[in-house]
Amino acid sequence: MAIIEVVDLVKRYDQKVAVDGVSFAVDEGEIFGILGPNGAGKTTTVECVEGLRSPDGGTIRVDGLDPQRDRARLRTRLGVQLQQSELPDRIRVGEALDLYASFYRDPADWRELLARLGLADRAKTEYRKLSGGQKQRVSIALALIGKPKVAVLDELTTGLDPQARRDTWSLVEQIRDAGVTVVLVTHFMEEAERLCDRIALIDAGRLVAVDSPAGLVSRVDGEQRVRFRPTTPFDVVLLEELPEVSQVEKHGPQLVVTGTGNLLHAVTSVLARNQIVAADLRVEQADLDDAFIRLTGRALTE
Amino acid sequence: MLKIVNTEWKLFLREPSAVVFAVLFPTILLLVLGAIPALRTPDPTFGNLRFIDAYVSTLVVIALAFLGLNKLPATVATYREKGVLRRFSTTPVHPARLLIAQVVVNLLAGVISIVLLMLVGRLVFDIDLPHHPLGFLATCLLGMLSLSALGLLVAAWAPNARSAGGWSTVAFMLVMFFGGAYLPRFLMPEFLIRVGEYLPPGVGALQESWLGIAPDPVQLAVLALITLAAGTVAAKSFRWE
Ligand SMILES: Nc1ncnc2c1ncn2[C@@H]1O[C@H](COP(=O)(O)OP(=O)(O)O)[C@@H](O)[C@H]1O
Ligand SMILES: [Mg+2]
Repeated sequence: MAIIEVVDLVKRYDQKVAVDGVSFAVDEGEIFGILGPNGAGKTTTVECVEGLRSPDGGTIRVDGLDPQRDRARLRTRLGVQLQQSELPDRIRVGEALDLYASFYRDPADWRELLARLGLADRAKTEYRKLSGGQKQRVSIALALIGKPKVAVLDELTTGLDPQARRDTWSLVEQIRDAGVTVVLVTHFMEEAERLCDRIALIDAGRLVAVDSPAGLVSRVDGEQRVRFRPTTPFDVVLLEELPEVSQVEKHGPQLVVTGTGNLLHAVTSVLARNQIVAADLRVEQADLDDAFIRLTGRALTE
Repeated sequence: MLKIVNTEWKLFLREPSAVVFAVLFPTILLLVLGAIPALRTPDPTFGNLRFIDAYVSTLVVIALAFLGLNKLPATVATYREKGVLRRFSTTPVHPARLLIAQVVVNLLAGVISIVLLMLVGRLVFDIDLPHHPLGFLATCLLGMLSLSALGLLVAAWAPNARSAGGWSTVAFMLVMFFGGAYLPRFLMPEFLIRVGEYLPPGVGALQESWLGIAPDPVQLAVLALITLAAGTVAAKSFRWE
């Protein structure tokens, strides 16, 4: 059952089209990813879903509500963590949660929520004294304080160190396990691949594909990359001539050979025949990055 | 709404510079000026009043101007810049409540500052309490509201917190000047005194109601008009992000 339906969403800023005919549906209980490079229109899309921006075209339904017309009711069912939003420097964590809890008729118990997010001992700490990861967790807490059916989390882990990022990921899984549908906006391929049940790939305001991470990767399946550093220079035409090879790229001293089939064997045979030693040899399977390149013609992360 | 006001009040108290400048500074300045013998000697050119008797209304202007034209736009512009207002818009509570809470907090702080000033003035320097309490109260209230409306107008129009700070400093300086903070009003040319009477927060009406007679209703009406006009324009043109 779809809890969010977006059909042909269009949003312009002055002349610039930020979102250009995007459609997708989010099922109840899943973690739905919106993945794309910076400036793709992800934030604009979810802000239309949240009712913070009015679309220039298309229709949106969230739990049956129109975000523009039913704003008041939407607010009680949708929890939002904005991409850029802080709290006053000197507010204490507990005060902020207590305040935001008072905005809802039936709020979550904020002490329990803090404990769940590993912030129990921070209730009396001022916001400005929190670390980046703790601030993000406070943001999650505020998004969940109204017991929403859907939580939209925008660039949750940007700016966090790897450890804090992984901790935050397991929190997102906990939220879903507690029965909340999660819309996760991100430009990190790894994050989307690890967390999301399904992903909408967005590029330059357009929807490129909606599928599970495995489904997206399977579109470039069979494609592999062999990476190595030749110890002696040689003519790469030797490799390009192979039927298994589709592309050979030079990255500094490294060669990256892309292809299908028994690529590794084909490449190493040629090298052996020509007495070239391949140092630092690695084989890589296709991932979401490759799927993105294949689908849009450019890289997700530069 | 009470909870928002309560929280904002706590935040105000945690801002040492705001508390010192808005609440304590006018009284401290009174104590400093009062320590100078010449300023607490009755002056015949002045209707046998002392300098400090006339200057207390200017001290009220300082407190109100700081709150309305400095504290308010700075806080509101910062809240917008940090996304505090936007976060409010994702909850069932409209962010306008946060602005109203700011004005209420300012009123509270203004009342405390003025009461402290009156008490210290009375106990230490034997300065009379306002002779026309009702008129004084009305002027203070309208003065505070008109300055708050102007402060919100600055916050509405300034593109970011920094320029809000710049614009409000200019407005603050003007109000302080006409309120007699730099040059005592009795030394000003007649024309400047007149302008000051109609400029928020109505230093003329403050002085009159303190020293004896009911404030000029026209001056109060001008304050009310400024409040209404600036408040309406600010509300209409306010950007929440
Ligand atoms: N408030 C705005 N005014 C004008 N242009 C904007 C605004 N917000 C975003 N944009 C532009 O719209 C495009 C999409 O932005 P955004 O939705 O924030 O992308 P993303 O979240 O994927 O990084 C970008 O080119 C951005 O510069
Ligand atoms: Mg974004």
